[in-house]
Amino acid sequence: MSENENGNIILKARDITKLYPGTVALNGVDFNVYRGKVNVLVGENGAGKSTLTKILAGVEVPTKGVLQLEGEDVRIQSFHDAASYGIGMIHQELNLFPNMNVAENIFVAREIATAGIHIDHKTQVEHAQKLLDRLEADIDATAQVADLRIGQQQMVEIAKALALDTRILIMDEPTSALSAAEVDVLFRVIGDLKKHGVSIVYISHRLEELVKIGDYITVLRDGNLMQEAPMKDIDVPWIIANMVGDDNDREIKHASTSTGEEVLRVENLRLARVSGGFTVDHLNFTLCRGEILGIYGLMGAGRSELFECLMGLQKEVKGNVLIEGKDITIGTVDDHIRAGLALIPEDRQREGLVQVLDVSNNMTLSSIRKFRKWIHIQNDKLKKAVHTMISDLSIKVASPQVLISSLSGGNQQKVVIGKALLTEPKVLLMDEPTRGIDVGAKGDVFGIMNKLAARGLGIIFVTSELKEIMAISDRIMVMSKGKITGEYLREEATEEMIVAASASGHKVTEHSLH
Amino acid sequence: MNINTVSGTAGSVKSNNLQLGMLLLKLRTFIALFLVVVYFSIMAPNFLSMANMLIMVKHVAIYAFLAIGMTFVIITGGIDLSVGSIVGLAGMVAGGLIYNGLHIPFMNVTIYFHLPMVILITLAVGIACGALNGFLITRFKVAPFIATLGLLYIARGAALLLSDGKTFPNLVGSEKLGNTGFPWLGSGTILGIPLSICILVVLGLAAAYLAKCTPLGRHIYSVGGNERAALLSGVRVNRVKMFVYMFAGFCAAIAGLIIASQLVASHPASGETFELTAIAAAVLGGTSLAGGRGTIGGTIIGALVIGVLGDGMVMMGVSTFWQMVIKGIVIVAAVVVDQFQRDLQSRVALAED
Repeated sequence: MSENENGNIILKARDITKLYPGTVALNGVDFNVYRGKVNVLVGENGAGKSTLTKILAGVEVPTKGVLQLEGEDVRIQSFHDAASYGIGMIHQELNLFPNMNVAENIFVAREIATAGIHIDHKTQVEHAQKLLDRLEADIDATAQVADLRIGQQQMVEIAKALALDTRILIMDEPTSALSAAEVDVLFRVIGDLKKHGVSIVYISHRLEELVKIGDYITVLRDGNLMQEAPMKDIDVPWIIANMVGDDNDREIKHASTSTGEEVLRVENLRLARVSGGFTVDHLNFTLCRGEILGIYGLMGAGRSELFECLMGLQKEVKGNVLIEGKDITIGTVDDHIRAGLALIPEDRQREGLVQVLDVSNNMTLSSIRKFRKWIHIQNDKLKKAVHTMISDLSIKVASPQVLISSLSGGNQQKVVIGKALLTEPKVLLMDEPTRGIDVGAKGDVFGIMNKLAARGLGIIFVTSELKEIMAISDRIMVMSKGKITGEYLREEATEEMIVAASASGHKVTEHSLH
Repeated sequence: MNINTVSGTAGSVKSNNLQLGMLLLKLRTFIALFLVVVYFSIMAPNFLSMANMLIMVKHVAIYAFLAIGMTFVIITGGIDLSVGSIVGLAGMVAGGLIYNGLHIPFMNVTIYFHLPMVILITLAVGIACGALNGFLITRFKVAPFIATLGLLYIARGAALLLSDGKTFPNLVGSEKLGNTGFPWLGSGTILGIPLSICILVVLGLAAAYLAKCTPLGRHIYSVGGNERAALLSGVRVNRVKMFVYMFAGFCAAIAGLIIASQLVASHPASGETFELTAIAAAVLGGTSLAGGRGTIGGTIIGALVIGVLGDGMVMMGVSTFWQMVIKGIVIVAAVVVDQFQRDLQSRVALAED
């Protein structure tokens, strides 16, 4: 490395080792943050990316190793240390207060206050709105965070980090909850920040995204530094090869297994919005046995709400949902599960898993009745089912009695899938099934989807990733503002068509608003 | 590579220590009970005598009934402040039915029920109070603290109204009316073991079985651990909640019956502040107020610690004021240790990762 390049390094981590009881999270890793560049950090789950960024942000203290800021050794032992050096971080998990409004969240713990006691709400809201407008986020600074969709909350989180005058901004999977349009905006913001000399550390599982946005890339594997390279010299296969250690063909493929035999029919499904109009706007579609139907749409397109309607979570739903010709529209979630529907929710932590329970109890939560005799749970039968599912889905876990929270994201997701499968569903609803899991686990999830479709399950899955939806769906449906704005067979679909359809409803409403 | 092996061994030794620490912490209530018993058997003569033991367990049983019901409620993430008042109301209902009978004004008759019927009606009243709690909480989304606080006053008021604040004395019933035998509940024995202890054993085993081996039990834990995930998994959350409050009411009614029977009289103020003792026993036994964690076995041991501590201090002649201070310290210490265990647990989980 030349002297010249060294001068361009704002933050240098040298020989960082971090030990946890029983594990080496990081093993003598070097990491350079180049001034005014996007420094990408990649690796599979458990590779040590999060640990490394937490050390940079002062959340964790390294067991060994030094941090050098502008060539000087520094000790960063707390969030406040990091903030005083101008290092800010956007965490993967949202750290917002749902009970406060957007502006209050952005200025939390550094409120703009007169004489230190009287909060100047007006100024706060003004500043917050300016930040949000800069992000082109259509969010009112006085809105309650609880009322925002996850994608919008992510934008608030980014605005919060921008409100600090950071020199180094660490972003841990900032796009995992964003739609394509929102990602574009974020990338423009990142470009803007670079121009202002802000250095960015960027973590993501979306490799295409990394190649697009990154300037330098560092690959970690199992706590070890694999490679560091300027992004212009490398490509996606190079990244994957360094991440997973072999050149496995991980490309997703799907051969249609649809039988043409209808399993789900949705007629005139609609869900009124409190503020008028419809969140789910008169939907009609069918799903066949063995078919994979992909639903694409921007945040707020009504995809998650559609799933909630199908599962019986929305009491105000109108229209008909038929499973094998049987109308099940009105009923509890339990009734819908018994009828053959199963949901893999979007937010694994909040909606999919019970953190205090072990793997076995989480997996059998929906299907526990299947294992009972009178009121008694037959443990041997249950154990066998859990073991079969663990090996079927190749879940990496020491024993079914391990706490669910100790598993990696990908394995947790597989447990959620296992829970749904144990109910022996006819139709599987998957809401962003690959959100926040690594490349390897993603491949596994798609493999599972293929296998299930081949067994005759109908699958509807929602995603914000174009590549995924193009690869795995038999049929693609695009939603916008609660309506179906496009429907294509995989053969005829192009990315341009899908993106255009996903934005179409927005233009219409803009016109009608003005 | 070198670093890996060295730290690997160091890590495993460290994690062994962690495991041992975890085990000791998990058994902490047991250890506390053991220490309390050993201490009092040295300091207080007659403490270990059979007669004294039985008396203590009979005291403990009252709290244990309430604590078992409370444990389920707390595991779902709720709280039930009304159980103490239900104890009072149940006693008064039973006492009233035996002492005054059920007077039906417009027919101008008074019905005296047989003892089994009295017991059934009393239990039904307890369950109905719990159902009202559950209804307020599930249907009207009233916070459990508030709903059961309301019931705390309502049930106590109703108990006082039944007798105009007086005690129903001498509940032996009469041969002529066919309602004798009530005192047997409190003083009777089966194979030499007091009836209340037998009931506690049966109820404790049934509750433990329910928690461990039935779908309902799994659902109770899942509702407390993550209500949203439970709902999405098809757990009928509202039914589960209804059940736990009704069960707590049922347990409270049993306690009310036994207290009234032991005293052969029912007093409208009986059971005051018992809800707090029940919560303390559950928490001492490792039930987390955040929901999702707790065991019936732990709760019963927790009740034993509180009961034995109380009785032991009485035998040693410790002043009631000091007794309160010491009980308070024990409860707070239990929660501090519980928090410590959870931190340690997450570190062990990390080590296993």
